[in-house]
Amino acid sequence: MTDWVRDLSFTARGALTTLGATTLFLLDLVSRIPRVFVRRFGLVVAQIYNAGALSLTIVMVSGFFVGMVLGLQGFDSLSRFDAEESLGAVAALSLFKELGPVITALLFAGRAGTAIASEIGLMRATDQLVAMEMMAVDPVNRVIVPRFLGGIIAMPLLVAIFNGIGITGTYLVGVSVMGVDSGVFWSQLHANVDFADVVEGIVKSLVFGGVASLLAVYEGYTCIPSAEGVGRATTRTVVSTAVSVLILDYLITSALI
Amino acid sequence: MLEADSEILVDIRGLSFSRGDRKIFDGLDMEIRRGEVAAIMGPSGTGKTTLLRLITGQLVPDEGTVTLNGLVVKDQPRDKLFEMRREIGMLFQQGALLTDFDVYENVAFPLREHTNLSERLLRRVVLTKLHAVGLRGAARLYPSELSGGMARRVALARAIVMDPELLIYDEPFSGLDPISLGVVLRLIRQINDALGTTSIIVSHDVKETATVADRSFLISDGKVVASGSPQQLRVDRSEFVRQFILGLADGPVPFHYPAPDYREQLLSREES
Ligand SMILES: Nc1ncnc2c1ncn2[C@@H]1O[C@H](COP(=O)(O)OP(=O)(O)OP(=O)(O)O)[C@@H](O)[C@H]1O
Ligand SMILES: [Mg+2]
Repeated sequence: MTDWVRDLSFTARGALTTLGATTLFLLDLVSRIPRVFVRRFGLVVAQIYNAGALSLTIVMVSGFFVGMVLGLQGFDSLSRFDAEESLGAVAALSLFKELGPVITALLFAGRAGTAIASEIGLMRATDQLVAMEMMAVDPVNRVIVPRFLGGIIAMPLLVAIFNGIGITGTYLVGVSVMGVDSGVFWSQLHANVDFADVVEGIVKSLVFGGVASLLAVYEGYTCIPSAEGVGRATTRTVVSTAVSVLILDYLITSALI
Repeated sequence: MLEADSEILVDIRGLSFSRGDRKIFDGLDMEIRRGEVAAIMGPSGTGKTTLLRLITGQLVPDEGTVTLNGLVVKDQPRDKLFEMRREIGMLFQQGALLTDFDVYENVAFPLREHTNLSERLLRRVVLTKLHAVGLRGAARLYPSELSGGMARRVALARAIVMDPELLIYDEPFSGLDPISLGVVLRLIRQINDALGTTSIIVSHDVKETATVADRSFLISDGKVVASGSPQQLRVDRSEFVRQFILGLADGPVPFHYPAPDYREQLLSREES
């Protein structure tokens, strides 16, 4: 076997092992959700707030600019087909079905995901998780599951905010700058965006939120308990979330179209 | 099997445990009596912290058993293990305070998790324990704002807040100034005598430990090599005990972590 084949098979096996371990971790978390929801609801709410608040500003700013760029690019492309009046519909479809969930997930991973991973990693490195075990408190229920749930619940809310502000950005550019008629913008949007499109967006935000939160808590929880280990866990959170989200995006889209 | 109210609280029989290829314990036996202050001493890296983890069920022995209050630790299901741990207070070597919470909430944490005390009562308990370690005034500081010694004292307050049956201290003396050291020594004795607690102190500070312990166990090479009251150990003639108690570099205790031959390794070209 040549070296690169061996490297490749090694990498592939590593990836499969990680995938398996993550899946088992996920099943464990899911089996604990009902208990945590009932007994530690306050913690879950705090984590929704935490994850949401961390990412809110960058989601809003990014949404606005993505929306404005869509306004410019959309207008430019559509005008080549004499279809500028469809700008509202095209922007809404792009945002709801693709850009909203995907970009929000990437931003979430970069902001909240890294914070969660490093926080949990630090807790592991400084024996806080073991200390909880010794105080007869299950650290997975106390620390991990609330953060996981908080992320899953915060993501669709963030996506909705991203989409709302994005559409506003498109509207501002399309209507005020490029001169698309305001009434046409909205009526086209209403006429062409179906319930199924909205559902696709919601499904994606839930799945991406789940993946981003899962990878953040997994990387933090399993990190090597040292400063370097925590750093690496943080990086891996962003990278693996980005790759997973883009792959899943393709799979979900192809399944729903 | 022991009666639950037997005189022995912690009974360790034929304990073996390895990390990788390295055998850390090899048939270790130890009995800790109810109500005593027992010290586990040994050179750095002999596995004192590991032994505590085996006693509390964080690690599972390869062979042998640890019996706590008549129950074999490794046979307990998780919820039973957690129930046992509510009766154990542990001071971690590095403190292990929860960085999200201030000092007050750190000490209150076990109470909030396991009791339904009213806020008033909880406050009274927490402040009493903080007062005992001299840090009532630091209640609203965060762990990052504490010195190492202060963090250790907060961790001590947290370990005793549930009035546990067994208190385990991992290196309680390192990093303390002489005054705090005196306070902590007295505190350990007081808690033990006033509440009828059993205490296990892990330490390599021979002098300090001798002033507070009823009995000491010296471990080396995975076994208990000597045990007895501090007075007994002081007059013990065996080479190991003399070396450890007097702090000599030469003697039967290996100062070095197992390693290849020094001279050979320095002269060889390969990295290892
Ligand atoms: N997580 C681990 N993985 C592998 N080996 C470990 C691990 N923790 C400890 N060891 C090894 O086990 C041995 C005993 O470690 P332990 O922490 O119990 O020593 P100790 O007696 O408490 O030392 P000290 O007095 O310095 O705290 C050491 O040689 C260490 O290298
Ligand atoms: Mg130790």
